[in-house]
Amino acid sequence: MLDIVIWICGIMLGLGAIACLIRVAKGPSILDRVLALDVMLLIISAALCLEMVLHKHTDYLLFVVAACMLGFIGSVTVSRFVSDQRNA
Amino acid sequence: MELFLDILVAILLILGCLMSLIAGIGLLTFPDMLTRMHAATKPQVLGFLLIFAGLVIYLRSWAVIPVLALAWGMQLLTAPVSAHMIGRSGYRTKHAAKETLFSDELSLVVNRVNGAPPTGATPMSKAEAPEDK
Repeated sequence: MLDIVIWICGIMLGLGAIACLIRVAKGPSILDRVLALDVMLLIISAALCLEMVLHKHTDYLLFVVAACMLGFIGSVTVSRFVSDQRNA
Repeated sequence: MELFLDILVAILLILGCLMSLIAGIGLLTFPDMLTRMHAATKPQVLGFLLIFAGLVIYLRSWAVIPVLALAWGMQLLTAPVSAHMIGRSGYRTKHAAKETLFSDELSLVVNRVNGAPPTGATPMSKAEAPEDK
């Protein structure tokens, strides 16, 4: 039963990732791209959790924590850069 | 009991991944940066909570709860900050389409701080322009 669940979840995550990539490719502003890449990182963390469920191990827990912090730092840095660029 | 827990895990995982799919669809179809921000925050808190709960229940171990609670708490703390930063810089750089807003309370403060708007900073008149026509 769990195999089917993992397949369904993987397909949903894949469709979400493809949508994020399309938004990254054609986003009108850089902030749209940052937003889409943030969601992309969340999808990657969710996929890591899904893989841990599939193979029943806990090796990727720290990668999930690191991905959370990385998304925060990235989006804050880019939005800071965009603000400063206009004031200069 | 085992079957019940497995079914619970399946439901939690599917709902959590559904949040990611909803975020992707929203990112594609919403017309504006601010509305896309609304869609993008769906998997950040609720989706992660559901997936982490599914993972903990599936692994049946208390030891992974502190690490996942750290990740989720970090997400809970940092998601509003990054959303605020993105919205703020979007407002400042005119990336956010202000014509679609129903009310723009920040423009009052911006106009008051700027004094007489010298550098084309007239979001209030822009916001009222469609009503005048």
